Amino acid sequence: MSTATDTLHHDEHDEHHHHHIPKGIKRWLFTTNHKDIGTLYLWFSFIMFLTGGAMAMIIRAELFQPGLQIVDPNFFNQMTTVHGLIMVFGAVMPAFTGLANWLIPMMIGAPDMALPRMNNWSFWILPFAFLILLSSLFMEGGGPAFGWTFYAPLSTTYSSDSTALFVFSVHIMGISSIMGAINVIVTIWNMRAPGMTWMKMPMFVWTWLITAFLLIAVMPVLAGVVTMVLTDKYFGTSFFNAAGGGDPVMFQHIFWFFGHPEVYIMILPAFGIISHIIPTFARKPLFGYASMVYATASIALLSFIVWAHHMFTTGMPVAAEMFFMFATMLISVPTGVKVFNWVATMWRGSMTFEVPMLFAIAFVVLFTIGGLSGLMLAITPVDFQYHDTYFVVAHFHYVLVTGAIFSIMAAAYYWLPKWTGVMYDNTLAKWHFWASLVSVNVLFFPMHFVGLAGMPRRIPDYALQFADFNKWISIGGFAFGLSQLIFLALLIKACRKKGEPASAQVWEGAEGLEWEIPSPAPYHTFETPPIIK
Amino acid sequence: MMNQSTSSNLNNKLVVKLVVIVFGMFTFGFALVPLYDVFCDITGINGKTNETAIVYEATDIDRSRLVTIEFITKTTTGMPWAFEAKTKRIQVHPGELNQVEFYVRNPAFRDIVGQAIPSVSPGTAALYLNKTECFCFNNQPLLAGEEALMPMQFYVDPQIPKDVTYFTVQYTLYDVTAAAQKVAEAQAQASE
Repeated sequence: MSTATDTLHHDEHDEHHHHHIPKGIKRWLFTTNHKDIGTLYLWFSFIMFLTGGAMAMIIRAELFQPGLQIVDPNFFNQMTTVHGLIMVFGAVMPAFTGLANWLIPMMIGAPDMALPRMNNWSFWILPFAFLILLSSLFMEGGGPAFGWTFYAPLSTTYSSDSTALFVFSVHIMGISSIMGAINVIVTIWNMRAPGMTWMKMPMFVWTWLITAFLLIAVMPVLAGVVTMVLTDKYFGTSFFNAAGGGDPVMFQHIFWFFGHPEVYIMILPAFGIISHIIPTFARKPLFGYASMVYATASIALLSFIVWAHHMFTTGMPVAAEMFFMFATMLISVPTGVKVFNWVATMWRGSMTFEVPMLFAIAFVVLFTIGGLSGLMLAITPVDFQYHDTYFVVAHFHYVLVTGAIFSIMAAAYYWLPKWTGVMYDNTLAKWHFWASLVSVNVLFFPMHFVGLAGMPRRIPDYALQFADFNKWISIGGFAFGLSQLIFLALLIKACRKKGEPASAQVWEGAEGLEWEIPSPAPYHTFETPPIIK
Repeated sequence: MMNQSTSSNLNNKLVVKLVVIVFGMFTFGFALVPLYDVFCDITGINGKTNETAIVYEATDIDRSRLVTIEFITKTTTGMPWAFEAKTKRIQVHPGELNQVEFYVRNPAFRDIVGQAIPSVSPGTAALYLNKTECFCFNNQPLLAGEEALMPMQFYVDPQIPKDVTYFTVQYTLYDVTAAAQKVAEAQAQASE
C-alpha cells in the first residue's frame, strides 16, 4: 500500500542525539514513549484478564454442581459483578488502548502519540482504579454485588457501604479512557505522514478513530450515571428513587445509552485487527476497503439508537419495542458487510495458517455465532423468554471472548515479532490456540441450551435438570482458564527474546508502514515522516 | 512541512474541542433526567399520573361507554403498613367524578411517614386518569398503631381512546420517615 523510502537510515542516524533510555522503574513510571506505554497497557490488561479469569473460575466452581457449596451467595454476586467490571474496563479496553499506543504511530508514520505526557497519566491512573475496586472486596459488607450494570435500586438502596469506592474507581477508569481516546483522535487527526489521506489509513487506525469518538461521547454519560448513583445513595437525591419522584427505569435508559455504544467500543478495534491479519495470510488486499470504513461508521452511528433493546421487559409501549427491534436488526447489515468482506478476502487467496490467522478465522466464525444469537435476542417477543438467562450470557461471551479477546490474541501473535524482535514459540502458540478453541466452545456453547431451557443468570444455584450441562460448562471453563497460562509462558519467553530473530517484514504478505521498520521496532521511529505514495 | 509550534497549536485546538465534547456529553447525561420526565409527561408511557390536583370541570359525561379500572396496592420492603384498596374494581363513564378509598394501618410500634406512588398500566391510559384529590399528593404520617381511610377522587378524561376499556392503577407505598424528618428539620432551620 505505501512505502517509507528514506526512513531507515534516518533512524540510525538519529540514534546519536537521543539520550539513552532510562533504566529500571523510572523508565516505566515516567515514560512518555508510545511503545513503552503500549507495553504497560498490554501487560496490565493481561494481568487483569487473569484476575477477572480467576473470578470466573470461582463462579464456575460454584456452578459445577447444583446447590450451594463453595462460596456464599453474596460473595458469588460480588464475583459476577467484579468479573464483569474487570473484563470490560480492565482487560478488553486497556488491551485495545495498548495496541493503539503501540501501533497507531507506527501505522501512520508518526514519531509518537500527539500528547505523550497525558498518555503517561492515562495509563498510570488505571492501576489505582482497579486497586480501589479490588480492595473494596475486602471491606466489611463486601464489594459491589449488583452486577456490572449496577441497576438502581440494587446499587442505591440495597448496595453495600463500599459503593462509593466502586463509583470512584469507575470515574477513574472513565477519565483514563477519555484521555486515551482524545490522544488517539489528536494523533490520527494531526500526525499522519504526508500523503496518508483518510482513505489510505490502515483499517486498525480507522476503527480506532471511530471507537475514540464513541468513547468521548459515552464515557461522560457513564460518569454522569455513576455520579447519580453516588448522590442517590449518600446525599439523598432521588434520581432513581420512586418514593422521591424519581424513576428506576430511567437508570436503565441512561446506563444503556452508555452501555450499547460501549459494546461497539469493545468490538470495532477487533474488526480493524482482523482486517489486517486476514489480507496478510490470504496474500490478497482487503476486499472492499471503503465499504469496511463506511460499515464501521454506520455501526457506530446506529449504536446510539438501539439502547432500549436491553430493556424490552421493562414494559415499554409496543411502538417503542418495534422501533428498537428493527433498529437493532439494522446493525446486522453493516456487520454482515464486514463478515462477507473478510470471507471474500480469503476467497481464492494463497492462504497459510499461522497462529494469528488461526485466531482470526476462529474470530470470524465464532463472532458470527455471537452475532446470530444477538439477532435472536433482538426479536422482542422471544426476548421475553431469553431475557436474563444463560442464553444472554452465551451471546455476549461469544462476541466478547471469541470476538474481542480472540482478536486481541490474534493481534498479540501478529505483532509480537515486531515488538520483541523474535518469533514466538510456535509449538506453544499452537497448543494455546487449539486448547482455547476447543475449551471456549465447551464453555460457552452449552450455555445456549441451558439458557433456552430457562436457567437464570447471576444465580449461584440452579435446578437439577441443568446439572449435566453445567458440569461440562465448568470443565470447559477450567480448561480455558488453564490454556491462558500457556499464553503467559509464551509471552514471557518472547519478552526474554528467546526465539528465532524476526525479519523487518515478519510475515511474507504483511503490508503497511510498521513492517518497514526493523524488528524489534527501535525506541524511536519515524522521527522524519515517511512519504506515502 | 509543519514546524513544532504550529503542530502543537493544532493539537491544542483539537484537544479543546474534544474536551468541550466530553463536558457536553457529561451535561447531556444529566440533561437526560429532565428530558426523560418531559418525554414521559407528554407521552405518558411510563405510567406516571398527575402529581398535583386537577380541577374537575363539568364536562360531557360519555354515557355510551364504560371503562373498567382495577386498583391494586403494594408495600415495599421494610414498609410494615397494611395497605389495601376498599374498591378493587370500578366501572366508570368517562367524564364522571368518582371517589374510591384506601385503607391503611400502621402495625409498628413507631410513627411512620408513608408515600404512595401511583403507576398506571397500560401506560397509555395514564394521560387520561385525572386525579382531583389523592393521598398520593402528600406524605401520609401514621402514629404507631393508627389506621386511616385515604380518599382518592378522579375522573377519566372523555378523550380516552375507544380501545382503552380496562386499566390498572397500582399504588406502591414507601417508608419515607427518614427523608420526611430531614425535610422537616431543614424547614425548621429555615424558619428560625
